[in-house]
Amino acid sequence: MDNEKDILEVRNLQVNFKTYAGDVKAIRNVSFDLRKGETLAIVGESGSGKSVTTRTIMGLNATNADIVGGSILYKGQDLLKKSEKDMQAIRGQDIAEIFQDPMTSLDPTMKIGRQIAEPLMVHKGMKKEKALAQALEMMKLVGITDAENRINDYPHQFSGGMRQRIVIAIALINYPEVLIADEPTTALDVTIQAQILNLMKELQNKISTSIIFITHDLGVVAGMADRVAVMYAGKIVEYGTVDEIFYNPKHPYTWGLLSSMPTLDSSGDSLPSIPGTPPDLLDPPTGDAFAARNEYALKIDTEKEPPFFKVSDTHYAATWLLHPDAPKVTPPAQIVERQKKYAQMQKAWLKAQQPTTPVEEEEEQQ
Amino acid sequence: MAKYLAKRIFYLILTLFIVITVTFFLMKLLPGTPLTNQAKLSKSQIALIYQQYGLDKPVWQQYLLYLAGAVKGNFGTSFQFSDQPVSYLLSSRIGPSLQIGLQAMILGVILGIIVGAIGAMKQNTWADTTTTVVSILGISIPSFVLAVLLQYYLGLKAGWFPIAEWGGFIYTVLPTLALGATPLAESARFVRTEMVDVLSSDYIELAKAKGLSRMGIIYHHALRNSLIPLITIVGPLAVNIMTGSMVVENIFSIPGIGEQFVKSVLTNDYPTIMGLTIIYSFMLCVVLLITDILYGIVDPRIRITGKAN
Repeated sequence: MDNEKDILEVRNLQVNFKTYAGDVKAIRNVSFDLRKGETLAIVGESGSGKSVTTRTIMGLNATNADIVGGSILYKGQDLLKKSEKDMQAIRGQDIAEIFQDPMTSLDPTMKIGRQIAEPLMVHKGMKKEKALAQALEMMKLVGITDAENRINDYPHQFSGGMRQRIVIAIALINYPEVLIADEPTTALDVTIQAQILNLMKELQNKISTSIIFITHDLGVVAGMADRVAVMYAGKIVEYGTVDEIFYNPKHPYTWGLLSSMPTLDSSGDSLPSIPGTPPDLLDPPTGDAFAARNEYALKIDTEKEPPFFKVSDTHYAATWLLHPDAPKVTPPAQIVERQKKYAQMQKAWLKAQQPTTPVEEEEEQQ
Repeated sequence: MAKYLAKRIFYLILTLFIVITVTFFLMKLLPGTPLTNQAKLSKSQIALIYQQYGLDKPVWQQYLLYLAGAVKGNFGTSFQFSDQPVSYLLSSRIGPSLQIGLQAMILGVILGIIVGAIGAMKQNTWADTTTTVVSILGISIPSFVLAVLLQYYLGLKAGWFPIAEWGGFIYTVLPTLALGATPLAESARFVRTEMVDVLSSDYIELAKAKGLSRMGIIYHHALRNSLIPLITIVGPLAVNIMTGSMVVENIFSIPGIGEQFVKSVLTNDYPTIMGLTIIYSFMLCVVLLITDILYGIVDPRIRITGKAN
């Protein structure tokens, strides 16, 4: 899959955390690519290794993290081989990150203008006045009203949504090639969420950055991402374009995730959930880690780890159900609905010979 | 700000009034009189002296007279040194005490910040353990024990410093060290705990993600945020130094107000005790006022709230 368009290539990444109880295998052989200008969403429940993956890319893992193997190629250079000093030059310059909680990720005792200007002063050696002038421009760009007067304000004088705009301004001030957004809207109200997501999309076009978007919220993914990777227990279990993951999912875990997401047409009294809890990564089970919670599990799932099976050129899933010899199973009713809709969409697309309408609107028409 | 200051000055005067009142009556409850040790005086002589100092009047009258004098700036004359007005006696003695107190405070707090920051940065290493041990020792060893140890080892054995004299700066070194140990230990402990907290906070993570170096993070983000709670203990530390100075000044024969205070209490020198109490309370009130203003300077959240009220 080596591609000139790839800006970031993660290959066979394995990260353990050393604890008193033993090594927690947080990332177990993860590979993915990030293409220039695209948004890749990494989806999964808490503890699936999403954040550890991005922290490893940033070189910001806790001290007990042990990178066992793999490589992270950024423009062909392996970030895992870089010294801390080299990584400092890359962080905030080439690769920037937006954090989850805007209420705690700004320094409470520093003026926000200075906080936004800091990466310019660190990486470009800019003088304070010049950096602040650029910070002001960035504040306007991220939609902070009355920016001239607010540049000397402190974080506590801003609302949560405004603070997240400031955090975005900090991340984007150096026009990074790669932007990692680690659940950037989780701590915000739903209405503010939409504003922030729209802002991110808008800015992505303006400054042409590639985004890795970490979330556990599939609803957010639909509108944001070009491609989706689903993570479970430290592994990617399925990846494909956003339409392929949403309308033609193949992995039972993805089925579970999608079924447990409320949609406008969901009916009935209860929202389905995935039974059980994720496996203990101190001692990951042999075979498919999801097997114990998987009602479609085959015998081989508990014995041998499934490889990636190709669904289409862009769509792969690691489940034995895709093996030619596997018994045919019917996914949950909701997934079947989705697959039908997907077939219709493709038909319509072939007819019209133009890109499909945005996914969110498709959902709402029901 | 002006309104705030005016309010604080009013409270300061009120505090001083209460302190004067309570101290005055407590002092009168002390056993003995200023002339207890003067066995050679006859009864009539004593009565004459009492009359001269107004000690023959009822206590409440003495109190009112004292208040009336204090408002005009007349704090009486010392019994011990019969010709010296208390204000003159104390103003000539406050210099050495202030010098040693301030030196101890500044040295202790600055070293404490450095030691605490090192402990936090090198968490769970030998450097951290050392700073913890130093803090525990500094807090648990009383200043007068440390004073004697310093006199013995650095003064007598090593001969680097004079033991118990008063002159230039060199004479202040040992008392400053003896008094500064507690502020050093306390602030080191505070800064370490706070900085460990701050270093694991989200905004430090963001600072790392910006590409700041380790020292840049400490200097620009961690230090200021770690120092806010330290201001809280500056008041108690000042009290610690003031009370410590009473003993330490005696040990080093420093002609300060702490040494004077002990002498005055032992001799029932009422006007001097009162004068010293007022000075100590005034200094403490000023320290508290300064810490409140410092809060606003270091922490913008408090500054703005103050403005809004």
